[in-house]
Amino acid sequence: MSADAVNNSKRRFLVASTSVVGAIGAGFVAVPFVKSWNPSTKALAAGAPVLADISKLEEGQMITVEWRGKPVYILKRTDDNLNVLESDVDMLADVNSDASKQPEYCKNSARAYDKHKKISVMEGVCTHLGCAPKYLPDLNNPFSGSLGSDWKGGFFCPCHGSIYDLSGRVYKSMPAPTNLPIPPHMFKSETVILIGQDGSNA
Amino acid sequence: MEQKSNGLMGWIDARFPATKLWEDHLSKYYAPKNFNFWYFFGSLAMLVLVIQILSGVFLAMFYKPDTAMAFQSVEMGIMRDVEWGWLIRYFHSTGASAFFVVVYLHMFRGLIYGSYKKPRELIWIFGVLIFLALMAEGFMGYLLPWGQMSFWGAQVIINLVSAIPFVGEDLGIWVRGDFVIGDATLNRFFSLHIVAIPLILIGLIVAHIIALHEVGSNNPDGVEIKKNKDENGIPKDGIPFHPYYSVKDIVGVIVFLMFFSIVVFFMPEMFGYFLEHANFEPANPLKTPEHIAPVWYFTPYYSVLRAVPSIAGSAFPGVIAMGAAIVVLFFLPWLDRNPVKSIRYRAGWYKILVALFVVSFIILGILGTLAPTDGRTLLAQICTIYYFAFFLLMPFYTKMETNKPVPERTT
Repeated sequence: MSADAVNNSKRRFLVASTSVVGAIGAGFVAVPFVKSWNPSTKALAAGAPVLADISKLEEGQMITVEWRGKPVYILKRTDDNLNVLESDVDMLADVNSDASKQPEYCKNSARAYDKHKKISVMEGVCTHLGCAPKYLPDLNNPFSGSLGSDWKGGFFCPCHGSIYDLSGRVYKSMPAPTNLPIPPHMFKSETVILIGQDGSNA
Repeated sequence: MEQKSNGLMGWIDARFPATKLWEDHLSKYYAPKNFNFWYFFGSLAMLVLVIQILSGVFLAMFYKPDTAMAFQSVEMGIMRDVEWGWLIRYFHSTGASAFFVVVYLHMFRGLIYGSYKKPRELIWIFGVLIFLALMAEGFMGYLLPWGQMSFWGAQVIINLVSAIPFVGEDLGIWVRGDFVIGDATLNRFFSLHIVAIPLILIGLIVAHIIALHEVGSNNPDGVEIKKNKDENGIPKDGIPFHPYYSVKDIVGVIVFLMFFSIVVFFMPEMFGYFLEHANFEPANPLKTPEHIAPVWYFTPYYSVLRAVPSIAGSAFPGVIAMGAAIVVLFFLPWLDRNPVKSIRYRAGWYKILVALFVVSFIILGILGTLAPTDGRTLLAQICTIYYFAFFLLMPFYTKMETNKPVPERTT
């Protein structure tokens, strides 16, 4: 082989192999940059469970607590409200919450612990695009929209008009696809709820 | 080293192609002589870019990307305490809307005169990429004042990411850097808004112009001036960009700055369209504003998003439709099968289709600023269908056009 003869296949092999090694290296270097966007340790700590005192919550009232920056609604429903939850099933998109997010112990019509049926805990985050639905328990209100006299109290999202019932189940043909998510929560006592942590089968 | 000419320029040119660059891109770049007012908007977009960079550099000197201080640093610091801060801020906020005004008009010019057609496909593709980068820039910039609409607008848009099946939830957390839009989100948007995206934008604009100067400018007649050259190889219908168009563009600049100044000095909020009223209230994650609407330049695409109902428990189809509404633009050079470039020599009914496209785009834009009702949603759906039909049926209807004779030379 003379000095200026070019071995093309060897060149191609070297170009291809150095390119592959270089690309793999670039891929590894990308990891710290990509991972730097994950929630920091501080953000993770701030996402810890929160306590809510419901001793002063009357029937028909709702309080909002903040968990992981999201509004969490704690609503104490009346007996009438609970009856409505059984009768409005024809109007709902996901009656049994099959497509929705909730802990297993809340997968029922009240979407609550059996022992504390009246207390509904849900994330106030519309499943359409994350706005906070408004609590509108009264029967006469300007937001009932196409429901008119069928309005039985519930939640109305001001962004795109989704309507939910009083256990956060979405009505049919709404922009929102699923029911309001229910965060993991547990009853520390009759009047204290821990949000962000699953309880035993209370 | 061989020196072509003497003096300082000769010394420089032997080391850096200053004269060559000047000639290639300005004094000996031959542009068609029949440019009309539609051709102002490219250079105006460059002007707005300069306004945005200049005002942005100064705003960054006074702005604090911290959720506890951001709103104060804008509304108190820049708007009230910093000398002339209000003016610099209004330059920047008005410039953002002005950027989209000139870019939309610039894109429409390309659409009607067939400037995306062979051999200018890459110019068009770089242009759509610039449009995308601009949208990212506008979106991230809008979070920075940390007002109610900053927060909730970003909430809606980042939740589009979360609507992606399976990975969406985690992807949303990754983009936000938290379980909610917060300090981490604000800081990374600030960095992207002032460093990363402007760099990408400038790179794309350079590519856009290099590609343009390689193939030469199109014109309202859609004829290639390079086909008719004189004995010196200069297009007969071409005139040097400098001084002819550089001077003509100054007229456009003056008219533009008149309108720009009127907005900056007399209506910087533009009745809530450039700066939304809800944004004069600090961001509050626990209180959704009564009505969330994006800034006007996003509303056509926002309407497309809302027009698509959720399927099988997922808002994802709407997200796909919104993305597709932009992605379809990339394919325009290959969707349009008519060899004639300019709308002047295309079928009369094609002009009607284009006019209807403009009407439906504007209707989508208006609907995007309004709260949805059943009637409006239906109208948005009709306009969305027309938007896609206009592009996707192009391969069929553009073949059926009876064109008018295209002149050999510019008219």
